Amino acid sequence: MSTKPIAEAHQQPDSFAWTDDSKAKIATIVAKYPEGRQASAVIPLLDLAQRQHDNWIPLKAIDAIAETLDMPRIRVLEVATFYTMFNLAPVGKWFLQACTTTPCWLRGSDDVMRCIKDKLGLSKNFTSTADGQFTLLEVECLGVCANAPVVQVNDDVYEDLDYDLTAKLIDDLKAGNVPAVGSMAGRRGSMSKDGPTSLVSLKDSDGVPPWFAEKQASAGGDD
Amino acid sequence: MPKLTVDGVEVEVPAGSTVLQACEAAGAEVPRFCFHDRLSIAGNCRMCLVEMEKAPKPIASCAFPAGDGMVIHTKSEVARKAQKGTMEFLLINHPLDCPICDQGGECDLQDQAMGYGFHSSRYDENKRAVTDKHMGPLVKTIMTRCIHCTRCVRFSTEIAGVTDMGMLNRGEDAEITTYLEKAIDSELSANVIDLCPVGALTSKPYAFVARPWELKKTETVDVMDAVGSNIRVDARGSEVLRVLPRLHEDVNEEWISDKTRYACDGLKRQRLDRPYVRKDGKLQPASWPEAFAAVAGAMKGVSGGQMAAIAGDTVDAESMYALKRLMGALGSGNIDCRQDGAKIGGGPRAGYVFNTTIAGIERADALLLIGTNPRWEASLVNARIRKRWLQGPISIGMIGAPVDLTYDVEHLGAGPKTLAEVADGSHAFAKVLKDAKRPMLIVGMGALAREDGAAVLAAARKIADDTGMIVAASQDEEGNEVPGWNGFNVLHTAASRVAGLDMGFLPGEGGRDVAGIVAGAKSGDVKLVYLLGADEVDGDFGDAFVVYQGHHGDRGAHGADVILPGAAYTEKDGLYVNTEGRVQMGVSAAFPPGEAREDWKIVRALSEAVGKTLPFTTLDDVRAALRQDHPTFAAIDTIEAAEWGDFGKAGSMDGAPFAYPVDNFYMTDPISRASKTMAECTEAFVLPKRPGDGTGAAATGTDG
Amino acid sequence: MLKDEDRIFTNLYGWFDPSLAGARKRGDWSNTKEILAMSPEDIVEVIKASGLRGRGGAGFPTGLKWSFMPKEVKDKPHYLVVNADESEPGTCKDREIMRHDPHKLIEGCVVGGYAMRASAAYIYIRGEFYNEAAALQRAIDEAYDAGLIGKNACGSGYDFDVFLHRGAGAYICGEETALLESLEGKKGQPRLKPPFPAGVGLYGCPTTVNNVESIAVTPTIMRRGAEWFAGIGRPKNSGPKIFSISGHVNNPCNVEEELGIPLKELIEKHAGGVIGGWDNLLAVIPGGSSVPLMPKSTCDDILMDFDSLREVRSGLGTAAVIVMNKQTDVVKAIARLSAFYKHESCGQCTPCREGTGWMYRVMQRMVRGEADVEEIDTLEEVTRQVEGHTICALGDAAAWPIQGLIRHFRPEMERRIAAHKAGEPVTTTAQAAE
Repeated sequence: MSTKPIAEAHQQPDSFAWTDDSKAKIATIVAKYPEGRQASAVIPLLDLAQRQHDNWIPLKAIDAIAETLDMPRIRVLEVATFYTMFNLAPVGKWFLQACTTTPCWLRGSDDVMRCIKDKLGLSKNFTSTADGQFTLLEVECLGVCANAPVVQVNDDVYEDLDYDLTAKLIDDLKAGNVPAVGSMAGRRGSMSKDGPTSLVSLKDSDGVPPWFAEKQASAGGDD
Repeated sequence: MPKLTVDGVEVEVPAGSTVLQACEAAGAEVPRFCFHDRLSIAGNCRMCLVEMEKAPKPIASCAFPAGDGMVIHTKSEVARKAQKGTMEFLLINHPLDCPICDQGGECDLQDQAMGYGFHSSRYDENKRAVTDKHMGPLVKTIMTRCIHCTRCVRFSTEIAGVTDMGMLNRGEDAEITTYLEKAIDSELSANVIDLCPVGALTSKPYAFVARPWELKKTETVDVMDAVGSNIRVDARGSEVLRVLPRLHEDVNEEWISDKTRYACDGLKRQRLDRPYVRKDGKLQPASWPEAFAAVAGAMKGVSGGQMAAIAGDTVDAESMYALKRLMGALGSGNIDCRQDGAKIGGGPRAGYVFNTTIAGIERADALLLIGTNPRWEASLVNARIRKRWLQGPISIGMIGAPVDLTYDVEHLGAGPKTLAEVADGSHAFAKVLKDAKRPMLIVGMGALAREDGAAVLAAARKIADDTGMIVAASQDEEGNEVPGWNGFNVLHTAASRVAGLDMGFLPGEGGRDVAGIVAGAKSGDVKLVYLLGADEVDGDFGDAFVVYQGHHGDRGAHGADVILPGAAYTEKDGLYVNTEGRVQMGVSAAFPPGEAREDWKIVRALSEAVGKTLPFTTLDDVRAALRQDHPTFAAIDTIEAAEWGDFGKAGSMDGAPFAYPVDNFYMTDPISRASKTMAECTEAFVLPKRPGDGTGAAATGTDG
Repeated sequence: MLKDEDRIFTNLYGWFDPSLAGARKRGDWSNTKEILAMSPEDIVEVIKASGLRGRGGAGFPTGLKWSFMPKEVKDKPHYLVVNADESEPGTCKDREIMRHDPHKLIEGCVVGGYAMRASAAYIYIRGEFYNEAAALQRAIDEAYDAGLIGKNACGSGYDFDVFLHRGAGAYICGEETALLESLEGKKGQPRLKPPFPAGVGLYGCPTTVNNVESIAVTPTIMRRGAEWFAGIGRPKNSGPKIFSISGHVNNPCNVEEELGIPLKELIEKHAGGVIGGWDNLLAVIPGGSSVPLMPKSTCDDILMDFDSLREVRSGLGTAAVIVMNKQTDVVKAIARLSAFYKHESCGQCTPCREGTGWMYRVMQRMVRGEADVEEIDTLEEVTRQVEGHTICALGDAAAWPIQGLIRHFRPEMERRIAAHKAGEPVTTTAQAAE
């Protein structure tokens, strides 16, 4: 990874102000932390600023966060540049975060990347399609390894991809038909695709474990 | 008191010590980069790894608490392997451009690589290149050399109290920078250059100027303020090339202000390098005898009472003393060392020094600032207050215009009205002071250099008396000495001032003070004014004959009739007494330029020319006489508690708010005003904050 | 094989209702008040007796860890911090708990929090788990509404808050002190230890950081008893555990199994076997990317628990099993992990900041054979220079996969170097040739 880009001066907005909705959220967020520890809210507020501002954080928002949380701007910028999820320059409407770490790579993330290149012409980090709709970032393990390979599009992870399913994902996004989050291959969760190898006996009892069922029965009903 | 064994040597160290300290106590040298004993512990460089028996892996000795029974090896195979490994890692991405690096010859990395490095690199990959960062007019960056020790970040955050520096990104892309490459806005910023263990942060004004081994190093003291920072002046030939801090725990620790460090380029500009005499309305070069003859001529027919002398802010004690003796011999009591008109002196010493001492600030638990902006008037006093503030709860109140002092201050009011309330006990802060164990106050020239200064001083004294700031030394029940406490402090801005007050460079019976001299010169009652390095006097001297003795063609020289070229502080041996009353020795590091001479010698030569020959032939003679008259000058670098007494003059104070004496930290005397570097700093840090220059920032002083 | 009746996470696959109603049906929150009627010490004793070892990678006994907390609350509150920063490559188990069985985690927070006299739990979830965080937050809200947490939690008289905190993309925040730094609003740079979190943790207060799964199993342990839990698996390696199986298996999946299950059985019974059959197995990374890989010969009969894997110089880690078959370019697989660690190094301390980049670059050349044979030894030495010399364990984690590769696949590395020198094709495996 090279350092993440910070938007050029001409891309930076002249101002940034929290929306009323954000202000309400800030109050809830800050209330989670003890008094005087409002700096804890810096990651949530960076996230909030990013959501409020087309998925990237302008420097004016860094100022706003620093002011809101009464912390030095350099500390906010340190955090913003440390964590992968914060964008400091504009990204497309569909921010593709493709995992290529070993578990995904073993399952064919090269094909996913090839598809992204074929369909969108994107192969380098933080590059966008000419229409500004898609931006690519190759990311590290997304923690969805039993459903590899995966691509996260904004907040949603699309799983069990291959070349064709990636193509379908991109086509769907282009067409504005956002696919249901999860496995593009139709798999349920991280269960074996050939059907469950465990928990089968509990399938018809709503997952109620026998020991608890017995206890309920002996206690004569619900608590 | 844990006892541990280091390299076979058993040592006992105070509880709370680190393994590194234990190693030092045992005489074992442990390499380190990130560790600095005045900064928080980072433990990130991993150079100080040592082996601890029973530990699964080497430990970072700088961060590990020393424990009883530990067995430490600093040179075992495990330790050496760890240290050498770290050194190799530090060097793989280091450019090894020592031949063109200003740190060369005084570089920790270079030095330690000799002891812990491999003879050649095993790293065959491309090296990392990091873009340089703009950090202002003082700090030059070559960031590829950075080893990420974060000393600079910790210094600026912790000691300087400005939060501009940080480390962005992560992993091998981590980069030290200032926020959007903003200049480091601190009066102490350039200390990061000394702290940087490599050549990443170097001195911009000194870039490519010299190698350390070319320089003659002289240990002396600074005169840019009244702190008396201990410095080392490095000169090549007669040119002062740089000023560095010298350790003095009680004064400046190991820091100096940017003005102390960088005003020295002003020593080369606008210097008075020969005598001048005004002829036909214009100053013309002259010889020394011609100049002295001109002065002698001007004195003819002028009585002592028609003569006056004013001593400037950076003059040494000896020349002031010589001039005082000469004026006395001429029969003049019109002498004053208070260019700013401060209403102090003449009474007990405790009434005009910083009694608590700078180090003593660390023991205080409440502080009242009166008409002072210590950040600009005495940056290291301010740093000490901040240090105290960081150590734990202390209430700090301030009377004067609000400024950012780098610590939390309760702004009580703007001027005498508030002061009077604290003094009569009606203000809540009076109770804060009273409830404190060791309260202190600092009264600055902004409160004293005004018409009602004596009344302000009296009010401050009353506060000190009434809130328990004055406690005499005593003995407890077991007969142990309990040290006293004096929380009354005057913060001077002039390096020469306390010496002047100590020797009574003040109007004699019926003599004129500075304002009286100016008025007398205007009215014609004063016919000759002798300015000894006095460049800050408000007002002109009418038709009086003005003799200016000094080193720069600054304000004082402009209106002079005779100019006698003197020596700057780096060019003469001399005594200075800092705001605490601490006598320190200045030592000559270079020769004065051209025909300029050491100042006491000029006064001595002049005395002969006017027929009042002073009985000194050597500097030692001057000092002996000075000490005879004023014994405080004999005690070098020691502080005797000054006797408390009555001073100031109770009276009415006017309503005008206190105005701070320093309106531009970077330019306060002829040397710093002549300095190109200080001009750049003024442009970078001061002018943008001044109101009415288009930035819209209605700030004053260090506000913001 | 673990019987269904002994599985704790009965909604692992999200078949059932994850909400409070569904969770209650499955036994969660059924008698929490009774559990909280026990003394904190007694709860700690039960957890100790169960033999539960931390599910986040290090395998430290959970009850013992809890016992390090001060025995009474003095001037500073105690905190439980739940490490939900699941980022170890190969690991994807906590995600399932949080989205499908979140109440197990929240109830575990109450039980664990009570046992360590904490006033609140902060659950630090990795930022990328946006939907999982939303699911967990829904469950937290439900629990508050039902009076299960908050003031007088479960009617026990005990006040306990649970807060969810989202991270923002940094593997290092899975390291407990980096997590605390991050939670305090700083960069996720690990702290120097000592002091340890139990003394000086979140906001300088006594803190215990536990993995999601470790916390989520504790209510069930309290209900079913320490003996039940200890009776599953082997001594000191007890209990059920969620295994994440990824890579070259026919059916990658998460499955809750008995600790100590033979690897082969795990893969064949639950993951549909190795692609191409067991004999097509090349190597397995048994515990997430940080542990050294094992060649097939070891895999044949290894048991999947802490001590068995340690004996073969690998580790159970997070029980994330990454399977590589013989079509794998194994050098590239490990080189990709080197890229991961370089990317995730926080940059704070020298050996990791510089060493991960060095190792990464050499590994890239090793993939192509562009090296001298002696450089394999240099690389090995570099890994030793990083290992054990860093502030946190990321340095070790970056070093171990390479050490494992050299230990087991040195001939392959040498072959590539020779091939490159001879101008022959270097990679011959099917996958790499694709």
